[in-house]
Amino acid sequence: MGLEAKLTKDGFITTTIDAVIAWARKNSVYPMPMGISCCAIEMIAATDPKYDIARFGSEVMRFTPRQCDLMIVAGTVTYKMAQVVRRIYDQMPEPKWVIAMGACTSSGGMYRSYNVVQGIDQFLPVDVYTAGCPPRPENLLNALMTIQAKIGKTKARDFKDKPMVDLELARN
Amino acid sequence: MDTKEKIINSVKEKFGEAVVEISDFRNDLSITIAKDRLIDVAKFLKENPELQFVMCKDVTAIDWATRKNRFTTVYHIYSFKLNFTLRLKVNIEENPPAVESVVSIWPSAEWYERETFDMYGIEFLNHPDLRRMYMPESFEYHPLRKDFPLLGISGSMPLPEKME
Repeated sequence: MGLEAKLTKDGFITTTIDAVIAWARKNSVYPMPMGISCCAIEMIAATDPKYDIARFGSEVMRFTPRQCDLMIVAGTVTYKMAQVVRRIYDQMPEPKWVIAMGACTSSGGMYRSYNVVQGIDQFLPVDVYTAGCPPRPENLLNALMTIQAKIGKTKARDFKDKPMVDLELARN
Repeated sequence: MDTKEKIINSVKEKFGEAVVEISDFRNDLSITIAKDRLIDVAKFLKENPELQFVMCKDVTAIDWATRKNRFTTVYHIYSFKLNFTLRLKVNIEENPPAVESVVSIWPSAEWYERETFDMYGIEFLNHPDLRRMYMPESFEYHPLRKDFPLLGISGSMPLPEKME
């Protein structure tokens, strides 16, 4: 293919650091599986061989936020859980992205009620909203591809010296 | 004598004046009793060798909104001996909404009463640990009361601050 032919012929390619880093970054997005309710099942289904999220380099679901750069919020977020979700999000290193998976996280969904947050964008910066209740795995993969396209447009210096949120660890 | 008659007769015989109402709707027997005799009746139902209502399956409440005695607390108790579920009811007034706790008789009622306190604001006297069950401890309202709006009261539950 193109790259190999180029390398065997000339032995070098020219590109920019931004392009290489964005390319590497978007093809190894580590998701934080914030599976709170039924959407989590579809999120798990997206990792199985039939849908195979590994095709996009995102098969490594890390169960610690400190190794992740994409939070998939999959499920109903109550006011009590919102504190936890935000706390986990704060522990993820920059740069980081958020998928609001399903109707509940996007808008409260069918839980139009006092205890459910009517959309997680009230306390998280959401990058992609996914429709469905729950969304099919294809829909999640589409959200991931949208995130990849977004990451592909970033420049390395956009995230330079971006501090982590003060975690107030003493509060625990 | 069938089971229901047996229960009704033994309760009426011992607590005749404390029985407010007995209803048998769709084969569910409910006995409404006076608030101040709840503990006595509960103890009797549990300890009488003929009845043995040893298990408390649920404690909940009803908010009647406009009725004079605004709340009713409901106890679902079960007898293995009779294989029978009985519903005990107590009408209580709005100010203050308080009733004696049955934890001393059925320990399983502890969390049920906590839940009922959380949702209806009914105080269970002499309860060992009457804290909220579901709602945050700083929450000031009782969501299953009829005057509580479905979507809640804005700002009553804290959210993390929005980013950026």
